[in-house]
Amino acid sequence: MMKRFLLALAFIMPSAVFAAGYSGPLDKAEIDLTDNASLQRGAQIFMNYCMGCHNAQYQRYQRTFNDIGIPLELGEEYMQFTGEAVGDHMYSAIDTEAAGEWFGIAPPDLTMVARVRGADWLYTFFRSFYVDQARPFGVNNEVFSNVGMPWVLEELQGTPRKTWERRMVDGEMKDVYVGIRSDGNGRLSSEEFDQAMLDLTNFLVYMGEPMQLERKRLGYFVIGFLIVLLLWTIFLKKEYWRDIK
Amino acid sequence: MKALIEWIDKRIPMTNTMRLHVTQYPAPKNFNFWYLMGSLALVVLVNQIVTGIWLTMNYTPSAEDAFRSVEYIMRDVEYGWLLRYMHSTGASAFFVVVYLHMMRGLMYGSYQKPRELLWVFGMLIFLVLMAEAFMGYILPWGQMSYWGAQVIISLFGAIPYVGDALTTWIRGDYVISGATLNRFFALHVIALPLVLVILVFLHLIALHEVGSNNPDGVEVKRKKGSIPKEEQSKFEFHERYTSKYDIVDSIPFHPYYTVKDLVGLAGFLILFAAVIFFAPTMGGYFLEPPNFEIANPMKTPEHIAPVWYFTPFYAILRAVPIKLLGVILMFASIVFLFLIPWIDRAKVRSTRYRSGFHKANLTQFVISFIVLGYLGVQPAEGIYVLLAQIFTFLYFAFFVFLWFYSKNEKTKPLPERLTK
Amino acid sequence: MSNAPVDKGRRRFLTVGTSVVGAIGAVGAAVPFIASWNPSAKARIAGAPVEVKIDKVEPGQLVRAEWRGSPVWVVRRTPEMLASLDTTNDQVRDPQSEKPQQPEYAQNQHRSRNPEWFIAVGICTHLGCSPTFMPENFATADGVESGFFCPCHGSRFDIAGRVFKSVPAPSNLVIPPHYFIDDATVLIGEDGGNA
Repeated sequence: MMKRFLLALAFIMPSAVFAAGYSGPLDKAEIDLTDNASLQRGAQIFMNYCMGCHNAQYQRYQRTFNDIGIPLELGEEYMQFTGEAVGDHMYSAIDTEAAGEWFGIAPPDLTMVARVRGADWLYTFFRSFYVDQARPFGVNNEVFSNVGMPWVLEELQGTPRKTWERRMVDGEMKDVYVGIRSDGNGRLSSEEFDQAMLDLTNFLVYMGEPMQLERKRLGYFVIGFLIVLLLWTIFLKKEYWRDIK
Repeated sequence: MKALIEWIDKRIPMTNTMRLHVTQYPAPKNFNFWYLMGSLALVVLVNQIVTGIWLTMNYTPSAEDAFRSVEYIMRDVEYGWLLRYMHSTGASAFFVVVYLHMMRGLMYGSYQKPRELLWVFGMLIFLVLMAEAFMGYILPWGQMSYWGAQVIISLFGAIPYVGDALTTWIRGDYVISGATLNRFFALHVIALPLVLVILVFLHLIALHEVGSNNPDGVEVKRKKGSIPKEEQSKFEFHERYTSKYDIVDSIPFHPYYTVKDLVGLAGFLILFAAVIFFAPTMGGYFLEPPNFEIANPMKTPEHIAPVWYFTPFYAILRAVPIKLLGVILMFASIVFLFLIPWIDRAKVRSTRYRSGFHKANLTQFVISFIVLGYLGVQPAEGIYVLLAQIFTFLYFAFFVFLWFYSKNEKTKPLPERLTK
Repeated sequence: MSNAPVDKGRRRFLTVGTSVVGAIGAVGAAVPFIASWNPSAKARIAGAPVEVKIDKVEPGQLVRAEWRGSPVWVVRRTPEMLASLDTTNDQVRDPQSEKPQQPEYAQNQHRSRNPEWFIAVGICTHLGCSPTFMPENFATADGVESGFFCPCHGSRFDIAGRVFKSVPAPSNLVIPPHYFIDDATVLIGEDGGNA
């Protein structure tokens, strides 16, 4: 009932108007916030690679470890590379202001990037880097054109290139664009890499609003209670309104 | 207990006030769905004030710390996220019920004589509410906070001669800055809420002086002596009313409308909770995605749209390519609403008994308002500009038509008494 | 108005029922407002246990640490200081520490886990000033050279934080939970599981 109502709302509201810039199709990110294993793998990628340059300065390590089921001692020892205590906020090891001078723009904070961009955008973005020697870092991105960052996950994905294949189209041989393909020199296979990016997206969605599972859980409870209240008030109203006419 | 009540009543008129405004206040018996909105607006106002007070306990009004303190509320404060979502959802809910409330007034002619002041107080509430919402939206200090404020404050720059000086004065700086944030914070948390509460009080005083209108638009307070005793309402009403009027088709506000409003309240709370717990951003309409990014004076978001409740007026603003004219039109669109008690010269209130032409005119007005609201979130380019111009024209045409046809409008005969 | 008689019982039942459900709702709605006054994650993290290095502390010396925003004293007591506790026994209000101002393991004459180390929250139990450590010239009685003196209202405590009779402070100084991680480190704010 509630789901249907929300679904109906989603339909009458063209929420896509807010997606910035890129207007092409996005791949659906089938994330699952209850999947702690996925969140843990995502956190590992985030802390090992993304936090090389980006902050997640509104989120604490302690909260993260607690929420996604990592014992604090283990998290502190194997995943936390910055900060003095497990209660600290997740700052990058580098000074992002100074980094702004090297990159031309300061690497943005990523705590709420999933709330700004949406899960599908992120999932597609991670899988849309390609080699472009014209760019300062030698890579560009199909979703975020002229992106101002190096492709740090190349060691996982391998070198991604835009790929064309010769194919028969309407009786003619043509070069047809078939998307971005890795050279296969990365640590992960294409499927493994997609899964890793899904994990990373999952983690970013979690971090954008860490209380969202609790929020929904509480919501069922509150609405259940309000329905009981509604029934009582309906009977009460009917009883009093017998007086009238 | 009885002694205590007597003791109080000797000093302040407690029991009498309760009788006068609650237990023996006559309300027409045929209120429908639309009449829930007033009490819901009051509930939302209380929600905003209480959650607002609680938010200030952890919010830091400074350009350096505002954004961080909002995330502190969301992440570190126990149930802080709930208080914040109740407040942000409450802002939108406020406009939902207020727009429906105004719609009711238009449908049933609730602004007509003798309720002109009641309507004007209501419009003042609406105006202050818009200012309140606008200033509140700056406080999280996200990208939309910053650039939304930038755009709206720039409107004042359209005023000839003093425009630039005025905008600088409002901002307290050459751009939106911490100074702007701090003064808006002060206005948002105390000055405007205080004005709002006073206006709501005046609105209610005005309402209880003239009594509620109803879906038939037929007065329930009749001239003393004009109605035979057995035709009058059987309930006991306060002598303030019965000494001056014969009252028909009315029931005491309490318990009948209190229990009815409770049903409406419970229903409303279900919808309200559904948004808070399952769609707090409402797909980007209640909380806009770019606002989860900290304000950056060097980078404008690619698409700036105001929050949904401002979009009809924003669309009117953008409809004409001349800045000053756009600003004038936008303000005029609200001024015309203020003047509607005098623009509408008909003697019949409710659309139920008014001409087909009036029904059509009101319908097109509501449609225009909604379409303008839609256009306000679209980019101002291509077909959207033309549509905005057409519907801006129709918006104003409503008032112009109304002025002309209402004088000698062909209306249906009014019923002697309220229908169901 | 209908002429059907009002069913008063039913009306009362529904009124009471709705009121009760509504009251439960009001209490539920109050929970987030009340809970939001609890220490936030930030405050709780700032109030996390603190480690104090004690291997460099000389006998008779006091070092200060900050725990939950309050000063915590760590005093390495000399044998003379410990001996003075026998003298003060009958001059203090609560010699056996019967009031719960300390964890169970510190409910003894020397009020600590380890007689040599005295660890206490340095806040006077009277009105919250921080007393002064007086390693000598405490001059309350013969053989009592050291103790704590609160300059605000003149309260006095012996070297185990026990409050003297006839001073304004009502009870002994508070002993925080603590345990010795090793010979060189004490952790303040946690019992180490063996409380």
